[in-house]
Amino acid sequence: MMYGYSGRMLVVDLTSKKTKIKAISEVFCRKFIGGNGFSISFLYEHQKPGIDPLSPGNVLVFAVGPFCGTVIPTSAKYVVQAKSPLTGFQGKSFGSSLWSLAFRRAGYDALLIKGRAKKPTYIFIDDDIIEFRDAKELWGKDCWETDRIIRDTIGDDNVQVATIGPAGENLVRFASIVSDHHHEDDGRTGMGAVMGSKQLKAVVVRGSKTVEVAKLNELLDLCRGYYKKVIKGLTSTIMKDLGTIGTGIEYLSNYATPIRNFQSTDAFKESAPMDEDIRKISTEWMREQYIHKSVACAICPIGCDHIDFIRTGPYKGVAYKMEYQGMYALGTNCGIWYLPAIVKAGQLCDTLGIDVISTGVVIAWAMECFEKRILTLKDTGGIDLSFGNHEALMEIIPKIAHREGLGDILAEGVKRASEKIGKGSEKIAMHSKGLEFPGFDVRGLKTTALSFAVSTRGADHISAAVFGPEIRGRINRFRFEKGQGRFVAEKENNLTLYNLLMICRFSGDLWISIYSELAHLYALVTGIPLTAEELRTAGERVWNMEKAYNIREGWTRKDDSLPPRVFNDPIPDGGAKGSHLTKEEFDFMLDDYYVARGWTGDGMPTRKKLIELGLDDVAKEVGV
Amino acid sequence: MTLQRKWASKMQRKFVVSDSEQCIGCQICDYVCSAVKEGGFNPLLSRIRTVRIEPAFNISMACRLCEDPTCIKSCPRKALSKDEKTGIIKLDEAKCNGCAWCIETCEFGAIALHSVKKTIIVCDLCDGDPKCLSYCPTEALSLKTPEEISQKTRKKTIMPLVSRISE
Repeated sequence: MMYGYSGRMLVVDLTSKKTKIKAISEVFCRKFIGGNGFSISFLYEHQKPGIDPLSPGNVLVFAVGPFCGTVIPTSAKYVVQAKSPLTGFQGKSFGSSLWSLAFRRAGYDALLIKGRAKKPTYIFIDDDIIEFRDAKELWGKDCWETDRIIRDTIGDDNVQVATIGPAGENLVRFASIVSDHHHEDDGRTGMGAVMGSKQLKAVVVRGSKTVEVAKLNELLDLCRGYYKKVIKGLTSTIMKDLGTIGTGIEYLSNYATPIRNFQSTDAFKESAPMDEDIRKISTEWMREQYIHKSVACAICPIGCDHIDFIRTGPYKGVAYKMEYQGMYALGTNCGIWYLPAIVKAGQLCDTLGIDVISTGVVIAWAMECFEKRILTLKDTGGIDLSFGNHEALMEIIPKIAHREGLGDILAEGVKRASEKIGKGSEKIAMHSKGLEFPGFDVRGLKTTALSFAVSTRGADHISAAVFGPEIRGRINRFRFEKGQGRFVAEKENNLTLYNLLMICRFSGDLWISIYSELAHLYALVTGIPLTAEELRTAGERVWNMEKAYNIREGWTRKDDSLPPRVFNDPIPDGGAKGSHLTKEEFDFMLDDYYVARGWTGDGMPTRKKLIELGLDDVAKEVGV
Repeated sequence: MTLQRKWASKMQRKFVVSDSEQCIGCQICDYVCSAVKEGGFNPLLSRIRTVRIEPAFNISMACRLCEDPTCIKSCPRKALSKDEKTGIIKLDEAKCNGCAWCIETCEFGAIALHSVKKTIIVCDLCDGDPKCLSYCPTEALSLKTPEEISQKTRKKTIMPLVSRISE
């Protein structure tokens, strides 16, 4: 038997209502490790190139990693991958906590969903019993309500639900999949719309099997040490204290957080007229005013989710977690500094099932269009979309999820919406490959700019996450030097490995020598000896596989792009004033990166490189 | 330390308690318990169970070693008994037929049915050294007597008053 892995993939065809089990071999496990590695391999193998992402031909893959179900810190995670309706390239999002554990204990490493159900359906995976259930009553319900109704119907709290909300049903291109009530941590690239296009409301799992590992006692001892260690680490201390807001304050006060659709980075000046002064957005103030309690995903000793209880004002009674990306997208980027409103808007996004970042960016774009009179009150259906109007935010978010009025256009994502509206609005649409920008003004974080452009899923802050070293001065944030392309590539390989083993990147404090320590853990769990080098290569292999997938979908060098504003409009104010990118500089950055990757000048993986990574079949198809 | 002192202090029993303010709901205790007792990870086989009430209430619950346990009284086969020295609920596996009557009567949901053996499982304090405690990342779990619990509660209530007076 295999340890760590279940060695099985469940294949569900919604069209024929047939299911089958496919064995996953040890050879395959060694090569692709798990999680993101499994999902991209299966997507590459089972989905035909060139299909419409919202057609039955798209394939949706859920996968967990080999550590899932054990007590390795932060190991309760899953990935969902499919062709993205937002970018047309590979799309994926990550979820945490109980759903992954239940899925793993049901006895699977991956779930592949294809076809389209004839009517709204949800699947219930109860260990080895797979049921297709009628979701007529659930269609139209929000994510939290759906979760509750399904639990009540089955009558067991051990069932875990990954569901879409109205946004996914209505094919909003940035709809998310929400699991565990609200501990879903990343809802990017529109995986919820893919689920909606398949008329699949939810994937419900219940697992009763025991997860066995090769060396139990050694693993337990090691993990106990890790729990003690992680509590003392720098990143985890910040995460424990204030969650992502704790690091976010660093970006906010160092002129790196975008404000009013990237028209400012000066948080001090921008927030001055507001009642809630920016100086007050400090650790102590936040904790006193709003933060009620920190909560962890399952098997996480850190607990970065901070639940805010709004005690007074128009949003009194709202209880929801506050994250930096939410604070940026629905807050500063929309010119909103009133924290209770941002918390409420975040909760709205989560219950309706839309990605917080994309939602905020597309609304901020509409707000700037409103400011520039590209959109008028007539276009907005009477909503005053002025920057800073938080009441408008609460009105427009549900309209996006239900595709009503202007919401129908915004639901297409900022790229398509700006192409449709025109009148120069394309120049202020902040996206790369169609994926909306996370909360970093890359004009003053140049290595991050490169990582956003080259990421395989569009403007993505978690593929390389080089903004930390930039803001802390480890690398110069205003100047791109030769060699920083290699830095980005190495960070991508490194974080890809996190996504193969499916551990959280906030666990970074744990590892002194990450590859050898993870190889050791991998051996304790699976009994399979892998060298540190083999693990490192696995990260690079999967990144190249994702790249190859994109090439098969028509990627060319011009897709590794940044929006016009990054080149045309220097940062107008604050400590990063004047900083921007030039085309020549950007070309230099891309060249430096492609060389570091061992790709051609056009950014194409060479046949040699792909064969070196053990991707012989892929090399034949897309290698040059 | 005599055996008596290790298990109980001043003749009061000790049991595993969880501080819901410190508990972050990570469930590591559930997984560790099943690993220590059953050799694999499965919260359904754990003697301690984490309860997560969204959005922000978390607590772990295990057997409280009641003075007059309803589980023992309810067992029609007399499979359950109380250890004189430690207060631990002991099971005679041969007598247990998995009827689950004790599970129904326990006010704390501290007893579970083993999904393979089909007999009941309940916290036995791991020979006086509960493993869950040493793994709890936030130190929310502790082994306490009722007196120690009430001391802590009294202090917690009084401390804000004290600091107000001293101002």
